[in-house]
Amino acid sequence: MEDLSLHILDVVENSIRARASRIEVTLEEKKTDNFLCLLIIDDGSGMDEETIKLVTSPFYSSKEGKYFGFGVSLLKQAALETEGEFEIDSNKGVGTKIKAVFKKDHPDMKPIGDIMLTIQVLRLSHPDIDFFYNFKSDSE
Amino acid sequence: MNLKPEDLKKISEKMEASTNLRSGAGRAKITVHMGTCGIATGARDIMKAFLDELEASGQKDILFTTTGCAGLCSHEPMATIEIQGESPVKYVHLTKEKVKTIFKEHVMNGKIVEESALGRGSERVG
Repeated sequence: MEDLSLHILDVVENSIRARASRIEVTLEEKKTDNFLCLLIIDDGSGMDEETIKLVTSPFYSSKEGKYFGFGVSLLKQAALETEGEFEIDSNKGVGTKIKAVFKKDHPDMKPIGDIMLTIQVLRLSHPDIDFFYNFKSDSE
Repeated sequence: MNLKPEDLKKISEKMEASTNLRSGAGRAKITVHMGTCGIATGARDIMKAFLDELEASGQKDILFTTTGCAGLCSHEPMATIEIQGESPVKYVHLTKEKVKTIFKEHVMNGKIVEESALGRGSERVG
């Protein structure tokens, strides 16, 4: 993936497949602490503890007959490559929260990309789902 | 990078203008494959190109949606066009130029663009 907006699109597509009706994407920039935090929260079908352990492996997919799933693992890799952090919290039947923290000035930090286009494509192709996007920065 | 209230207003206006996207039935359905492989090879721009063509055409009876990986990653970016009452057709190795042709020929006039098509049918069995 070239930028974070494409990672977001990819991971949100997982939320859509998990039948979420509300998906919230938040980017929080802390210039003073040199990090960018991405949060994706959905109210989809969620995962049990066993699945949470597997989901960051590229050799796991929840889809029947499919043995690879790169979306979450690539986002995790993108965060860890910047010496950042990655966490998943999920409850079956409640939803999933994915948190990826990036070190902003790291040479491997990807550009944020066209978030507007990602949100536009998601809203237009899935008008029955409520998408929310928040951007917070300590510089504003 | 930061979405402003006016940007969200523009998105809302675009959605209202495309009432076809909210309705349950349409003359044609365009499905862009948005698996990781599709997104990495430009599926978002392909979706945008279809949306631009739709907007320019003023059509209100065309449905848009996305789906995941069809298991044909080396053929991405891909889209499936389904005209009501006909078999779905898979288009592969899409570019913005191909999207223009496919929209004009297949979506608007019902003529399959064979040079960009992989075949008829769905990747899902049953």
